[in-house]
Amino acid sequence: MAVPTYAGPLERIWYYAFRVLCGLIFFFLIAPILIMVPLSFNVEPYFTYTREMLTFNPDGFSLRWYRDLFSSESWMTSIQNSLIIGVASTLIATFLGTLAALGLSRSEMPFKGLIMGLLISPMIVPLIISAAGMFFFYSSVGLANTLPGVILAHAALGTPFVVITVTATLVGFDHSLTRASASLGAGAGRTFFKIQMPLILPGVISGGLFAFITSFDEIVIVLFLAGVEQRTIPREMWSGIREQISPTILAVASILVAFSILLLTTVEVLRRRSERLRGMSPG
Amino acid sequence: MTQSDGTHSGSDAGHMVNGQMVTVDGTPLKASLKRAERKRTLIAFLLVAPLLTYLLISFIFPIGQMMWRSVDNPQVVTTLPKTLEALEDWDGEGLPDEPVFEALAEELAIASANRTVGQLAVRLNYEISAARGALMRTSRSAEDFEPPYKEAFLDAHRLWNDPAFYRIIKREGNPLTASYYIAAFDGTYNEDGEVVLQDENRRIYTDLFIRTFAMSLGITLITLLLGFPISFLMASLPMRHANLLMIFVLLPFWTSLLVRTTSWIVLLQQQGVINELLIALGFIGDDGRLGMIYNMTGTIIAMTHILLPFMVLPLYSVMKTIPPSYVRAAKSLGATPWTAFWRVYVPQTLPGIGAGAVLVFIISIGYYITPALVGGQSGQMISNLIAHHMQTSLNWGLAAALGSVLLVSVLILYWVYNRLVGADSLKLG
Repeated sequence: MAVPTYAGPLERIWYYAFRVLCGLIFFFLIAPILIMVPLSFNVEPYFTYTREMLTFNPDGFSLRWYRDLFSSESWMTSIQNSLIIGVASTLIATFLGTLAALGLSRSEMPFKGLIMGLLISPMIVPLIISAAGMFFFYSSVGLANTLPGVILAHAALGTPFVVITVTATLVGFDHSLTRASASLGAGAGRTFFKIQMPLILPGVISGGLFAFITSFDEIVIVLFLAGVEQRTIPREMWSGIREQISPTILAVASILVAFSILLLTTVEVLRRRSERLRGMSPG
Repeated sequence: MTQSDGTHSGSDAGHMVNGQMVTVDGTPLKASLKRAERKRTLIAFLLVAPLLTYLLISFIFPIGQMMWRSVDNPQVVTTLPKTLEALEDWDGEGLPDEPVFEALAEELAIASANRTVGQLAVRLNYEISAARGALMRTSRSAEDFEPPYKEAFLDAHRLWNDPAFYRIIKREGNPLTASYYIAAFDGTYNEDGEVVLQDENRRIYTDLFIRTFAMSLGITLITLLLGFPISFLMASLPMRHANLLMIFVLLPFWTSLLVRTTSWIVLLQQQGVINELLIALGFIGDDGRLGMIYNMTGTIIAMTHILLPFMVLPLYSVMKTIPPSYVRAAKSLGATPWTAFWRVYVPQTLPGIGAGAVLVFIISIGYYITPALVGGQSGQMISNLIAHHMQTSLNWGLAAALGSVLLVSVLILYWVYNRLVGADSLKLG
């Protein structure tokens, strides 16, 4: 969208003003996330840039907060908990969600709309309501304040993402491929693993990543359902922000930003691969 | 699509027996096809069944169970059944007669012994504020009461002299109650037992519902105002550049909610980056630091930032499909750039605007974390009050009633969203 050569001065001004406006909005989106990364290297316990930092004086920077983080037992426990809960709930959600998506995308599936609605309900219902309901139920069956309880609850929250992404990859799926495989003598299992699975794999993986990030970032359920033993990273940040805000939180946050960049890149690569495999886009 | 299981039946299905199509093994083709069809339906259903069962048990049933609490009212009916029976004959005027007090004395003594009186006292205290004291104190000595019981009760606590208290016991003796919903809409029972609005200074919940809706609407509008230009820019750029800019939208989307909330605290607080910057530039003095956080402003700024990607993603995906030739055609037919944009381009983006707006609105009316962390007093939303009743005041019936109202609003909005775009088109990343 370059300025056409025939554009008048007013259009030229508008064109550049619009670009500046968009630049400001993009700045609004990205700046708050990036601005705290340097602050996590602050030698002082402040949340603002010191004179030393602004003049790039090396004395203004330190790894103090990162050392704090890695020597803090409660932070290390919470990182461990987050990873255990995240991986376990992702495995459950991905397995159940992929099966359900395979069933849902079959044309013979009855009550498709209703079932789809039920399956994605964990994504729609406000978290506070899910958390309150699960709190009562999990307490009554003795799963409150346990690791399996949080894992099961997070698995339920993650399934809609798997169902949606896998169903989306199956939309473009060419069913004559499975028929071709069957006519060549392959059994149902072999057809699934050799033909269907490789094609929907990108969808399964990115659904799994969504489920993982949902669990990894989830706090409301954890606040209601988890005890001190099951504290996760967001739970630890929550109390850090509420009780005594220390720049250690910025160190955690910076690591999480790096982590989200990694996840984002993976999902993008997978999405493009999936589109290419299904022949939906040339790139 | 109605091909049956074996590979042979497709090719050999053409036999005719008694004017009927049959398969090789002699069954009528129609029946054979139907059986195959049934089998496939069963397989499809079996694939969905594990997840469906899992969610029904671990998610949908618990929510139903919680919503049930908003009308469930077992306390009075289980602890005071005989009293309720005796109250049947009471006309509601003046104090009840001796049989009621006899039953009360007996049942309160039992309730005190097996410690169920506490729940009863808490339950009735929601209806009239001295009830807890009256019940706890009376029940401790109820065992030693002698006839006439009426006198003993009237001496035990002043509340027993109030006919309204018996009316409340009688009303809440019903196993189902509407009183949590009445409270959730700031209603209360007056002297005559009619539902009326609370005194103006005691109305909390309707105000909070209105504020939650107003804030969500405001956030939706701001995200639309900010999201429209950048989606428009990305849609009009070549794919390669647009994908690059998309990172600016997707990175916040993938970044932890708590990280983003933390960064807004860092930026907006009194000693924060923005205040320091404004002072360094000389716009404000050291005593004029702006209070941009721990109030409604803070909540709106942080939530706008968090929800902006949810507006941009649907908007962008709709704008990408709009052919630029329409606007060019409008211009060539003499429309000014503004007319071409407003009359030709904008109407085509309406599905995206609708989808993004409903999505942002649904997410924001149920928001809890950000208002709790940066909202202060004025930035609280309905979810925060639900959490308060769940965790602090322990009035679970009221929490359930407020939650049900919120849930129903969200489901209605989701239904609208579904009509606008269809749930299948929910795109992630």
